[in-house]
Parts: sequence; structure tokens; C-alpha cells
Amino acid sequence: MKVSDLSDAALNGLLLGDGLPLRTGPVVTRLRSAVPTVAAGLRLHYAEHTVEAEEGFCDFDVAVVRPRGLRRWWHPQVMFSFDDSLPFAPLPADQGFPMLEWGMNWCFTHHCHQYLTLHAAVVERAGHALILPAPPGSGKSTLCAGLVFRGWRLLSDELAVIEPSTGLIVPVPRPVSLKNQSIGVLRTFAPEARFGPVVKETLKGEVAHFAPPIEAVQRSADKPAPGWVVLPRYVANAPTTLQPLPKARALMHLVENAFNFNLHGRSGFERLAALVDRCGCFEFTYSRLDEAAALFARLADGTLSS
Amino acid sequence: MNRAPHPGSGQSSRQTVHLDLAADVLAHPEQLAGLSLAHWDRLVRQARQADVLARIASRLESEAALSSVPKAPRAHLEAALLLAQAQRDEVQREVGHLARLLNAMGLPLVLLKGAAYLMAGLQAAQGRLFADIDILVPRARLPEVESALMLAGWATSHHSAYDQRYYREWMHELPPMWHAKRGTTLDVHHAILPLTARLHPRSELLLDASVAAQGDPGVRVLAPADMVLHSMSHLVHNDELSHGLRDLSDLDLLLRQFGSRPGFWSGFVARTETLGLQRPAFYALDAVRERFATPIPEAVTTAASHWAPPRPLAVLMAALWRRGLRSHHPSARLPGTSAALFALYVRAHWVKMPPGLLVRHLATKGWKRWAGNDSPGSAARG
Repeated sequence: MKVSDLSDAALNGLLLGDGLPLRTGPVVTRLRSAVPTVAAGLRLHYAEHTVEAEEGFCDFDVAVVRPRGLRRWWHPQVMFSFDDSLPFAPLPADQGFPMLEWGMNWCFTHHCHQYLTLHAAVVERAGHALILPAPPGSGKSTLCAGLVFRGWRLLSDELAVIEPSTGLIVPVPRPVSLKNQSIGVLRTFAPEARFGPVVKETLKGEVAHFAPPIEAVQRSADKPAPGWVVLPRYVANAPTTLQPLPKARALMHLVENAFNFNLHGRSGFERLAALVDRCGCFEFTYSRLDEAAALFARLADGTLSS
Repeated sequence: MNRAPHPGSGQSSRQTVHLDLAADVLAHPEQLAGLSLAHWDRLVRQARQADVLARIASRLESEAALSSVPKAPRAHLEAALLLAQAQRDEVQREVGHLARLLNAMGLPLVLLKGAAYLMAGLQAAQGRLFADIDILVPRARLPEVESALMLAGWATSHHSAYDQRYYREWMHELPPMWHAKRGTTLDVHHAILPLTARLHPRSELLLDASVAAQGDPGVRVLAPADMVLHSMSHLVHNDELSHGLRDLSDLDLLLRQFGSRPGFWSGFVARTETLGLQRPAFYALDAVRERFATPIPEAVTTAASHWAPPRPLAVLMAALWRRGLRSHHPSARLPGTSAALFALYVRAHWVKMPPGLLVRHLATKGWKRWAGNDSPGSAARG
């Protein structure tokens, strides 16, 4: 059963009661919330996602709730609850859906140590994954979003999840978040993207999410092998350039962008080294999404001259 | 502790049964075989919140039973094991640094609590997570130790004048220190109970009786009876019981391991009286036996009965501990837990400070919380 199969009454019944057991890739999250923007966000962004059986096992138990007391009414806030405790400070009430998304990312990176997880966007084409590791502000989210509408399958815009035993990349297809100017850029580049409301004045500025393409959700069990590691950098008015990156530097970059590298010790190092060995490693500078998409299409085809 | 309000009309149907699965499977590991997915769901939540998930996982691993756990919960157990192993490695490295530092000053490194269990290779280290390292140093050498630590890259926390005074004048430890480069946290104690508390177990006795953790005489732990008594006094003086079940489980494991050594129990009774820790020992023995059926010889139970408070108080306290030393997840809470935790919180402060000081302290903390500058770590790290 998918979220879109639930009537409004059924969905609200779960959100206000025992929780909606929502599958996103390898994990199942039990979700509860009385906040209307959260329910609306689930309807828009998670329509294709599977609803699991109520009496099963959920990896995470989360809620987006309004506080008791004064802050329920005065400058209203929302809070993120995990396993019935509150790991974060509250946020203004209109940030309920972004808070859910940030919270779900945190749940994964803080607990899913059966995987080696990097802070990176990942997309796939022709059976190979393109990993874009980068800190915020590098333009990786915008690039990832653009590629998703030019022939690449979304695995995740935030989490490169590596299965240690096989080296394959595990999809966690969820809404893609964009900030500030990137929102407008993508609306122009891909008018078919289904955006939710723009939430203003968050810690990151203006934030909006668009729904993951249906194919990305339907193929979430399809784990590709890694093919390329590309360090993206958006520079205004810069020409589109792809430069080879020495493998040792690529490896260090992956280590620096890993959430739980220290827990995997030596075998984590060896897994990342093996990944870098088999991947084409590049640095990428761009200012125009259409040129970027064209270049990556040629990279995927193997028609890019070195 | 911060509990989330529930959306919608209130409690969901999942939370009507007050089953402390986490404590039950620690006491009766055979229950782990054949748990339903719904039970695993509840157990993982409870155990993770009580910090005993890695211990449960470790027990399954040592019995080669992990592979029979269903796939979805098994991933969480394996993740917990990975985390516990990484922390063990970190503690061992840190102990190495600290031992070199203190030994160079002519002092042994005397470890307390989790780090002690680990370095002494005790059962109580099984599946244990470590938030920080606790050490015991002679009070007279405290300024010297603090200077040496700061030169080696340790920074103090709790920079407000009030907090500094709280720790240095009234408590039994320096403000927590953290290492700027390694990111680890260190609690330097000069006693196992605050200076302002009613009970005064003498630190010199503890230090003199300390034993080598394993081979190296420079890395030491408290003698078995002292280690047990420290665990007991920490349990009943703790104002923050989120690790209550874990600490009680530690005590159970310590008693099972030491209890089989000849002479332990008779030595324990004598030592309890020497250190003046009869009341904490009474409460702790009662709680651990009730929760984990820890084998305690009849003679010890008889001796402990002389350490009890008046019967009505003993009954009340037993009810409070039953609620406080349990997983605090809503699915495991007994009715009356919030009130019990509050009562234990007040009591912990009561036994740590004389009444006048307590009133002033709670008033100051309350004011600081309202004024918004009271979180312990806020001044420490950027």
C-alpha cells in the first residue's frame, strides 16, 4: 500500500494515533504529527512511498509536535521528537515539514551504522552511481536536482549510503531540498518539478522541497555500483569544467564528508579506498545547469574526451 | 528529562502496557529468542533510550545468537555494537594519554565507573557506552593535576563563577574537562560523594586500597568492594536517572562477578560500615535483587536489614526506585513515574547538600534557567 492509497481520514487517523509506518529506502519510520503542513507535505512528497504494516518493526519513531504551554500559542513553535525524547531546540511553527526532513536525516546518520554514510548527493545512470560529496554552499543540491530532471535517477540529495559488504550504494529517495536562489533556478530549469511551499526565515534562509520522481521511489531497492566521484563547485559565471582529481585527494574528501567513518575503522578506510579505486574522480566547476547536465550525460555515455 | 507531548488526542494504543522489556531481557536473556517484531520494536526503543541496547546486542553476540534475530532489528543491534567498539577503542587510547600524564607526576591513574570496568576486563564493561572518563585523584594534588591537564590540551567547562564555585567548593569533582583536539570528556574527582553531602567515605581509604587494572601498576581501579560501593552510592545520589537501568545492570554484573570470589561478601559488609555507606548499600541491594534477582547471600541480606530506614520510608523508597531505575520510554513507564523522578531528583539534591545551601542552589539554578544562560555545555564549547 502507498501513501496515495490512504484517504485523508485514514492518513490523519494514523498521524494522530498509532503513527504512519513509512518506508524510505532501507528504513521504516513511524510518523506522528498534528501539524497540518506535515500532513500536506506527506501527501505531496511521499505519495509513492510504501506504508508498512502497523504491527511490524519500525526503525525510527518520530513526531513533529507542538509544545505544551505558552509556545503552543505565542510565537508558536514545533518540536521534533525521536523515540519520545526531544533532541533538538524548537523551531517556528511554519517550519514543521523542513524539521521533519532534517530530523529524518539525523535519525539515519546517527543510528544507521550498519552503513558507511557520506554527506553527498547521489544519482544514477546506466547502472552506475555518481557521488557528489560536498559541504553546504557548494551547489551540490542544485546540481543534483538538475540532473534528476535530465535522465539521472535520484538516490538521495543528502546521503550517500554505502553497503560495507558489497560497496553498493543504497537509495534513500526522499524529497529534495533547495535553498534561496536555487529554488527559482530549478523552477525555470524543470517546470515539471512538484514543489511544496517555500518556508522562509529558516537557519538556512528560504527552503523548499520538491517531490522525488516516481521512478526513484519505485526503484529504491535497486542498488547501483559506484561509478564516479565528483566534487562540485558552483561559481557564478564560471565556464563548465571537469578536471581529473588525484585518487588520494578524492579519498580524503570522502573521509572528510563521512558521518560515521570513525566507527568503521580500518574496514571503512579500505571500503572507501576500493570505491575511489574503481571510480572516475573529478573536480567540477559550473555556473549553468544546462551545460552541467550535458557534460554529465557525455560522462555517462563515455563520450567525454579526457 | 524532556518528554515529547503527543499529537492528537493523547496516548496511542501501543503505550498502554507498561512492560519494561529492556530490563526483562537483561534479567532473562532467554526471552530474546522468539520475540515478535512488535516486541522488538518496543525493545529497541526502550533499550536505546536506557543505553542498554549495546549490552543486549553483546549478550546475543557472545551466545552466537545474533543471526537468529529478525533482519530489521538486527541492524540496530549491529549498529550499537559498532558504536560500543569504537568507544572502547577511544577510551583505551585516552587512558593511555592520561596514564602517561599522571604517572609522570608520580601519581597513579585511578579510574572509576565505565572506564574502570573496561580496563579491568570486567563483565560490567559488556556493551557499555561511555560518555566520559572518570578518575580519582588526591585532593591535595588537584591543582597540580588540573594544571598538567590544561597544559596537555584539556579545557575546563562551566565558566560562570557560580558553576565554578558549585564544583570546586561543594562538589567532589572539577567541572568536566574536555580535550580540544580529541573531543573526549574527563571528570576529575577527589571524592566519590560531594563535600557538602551527609556521607563522607574517605578518599584516602579508596586510593590506598586501589588495585592494578590489569598488568600495569600505573593504571588502577578501586578494589572490588569499593567499586561496588561506589556504584551503589552513585546510584542513590544521582539526580539524573536517564542511565538508572544501565547503572543498576552494571551493579548486577559487578556483584555476580565479584560475588563468586572467596571472601568478597564478608569483606563487603565490613567495608560498607568502614566507609559509612550503609543506607545507599541497603537501597541498592534491594533494587538490584528485585530487578535482576542478583544472588546475594542470606548473611549479607540480614546485615543489610540493619542498614534500612524506618519501614514506611523503606517502602516508599522502594516504590520510587522501582519507577526511577527503569527504562523511561513511555511504553515502559509505570504510573507515577514523573512524580517519582521528581521526588528522586529533589532527594538527590537533599542528600548532596545541607538544606540552606540546597534552597539557595535550586533558586539560583531556577533563575538562571529562566534567564536563559543555564545549559551546562553552553559556555564550554562554541
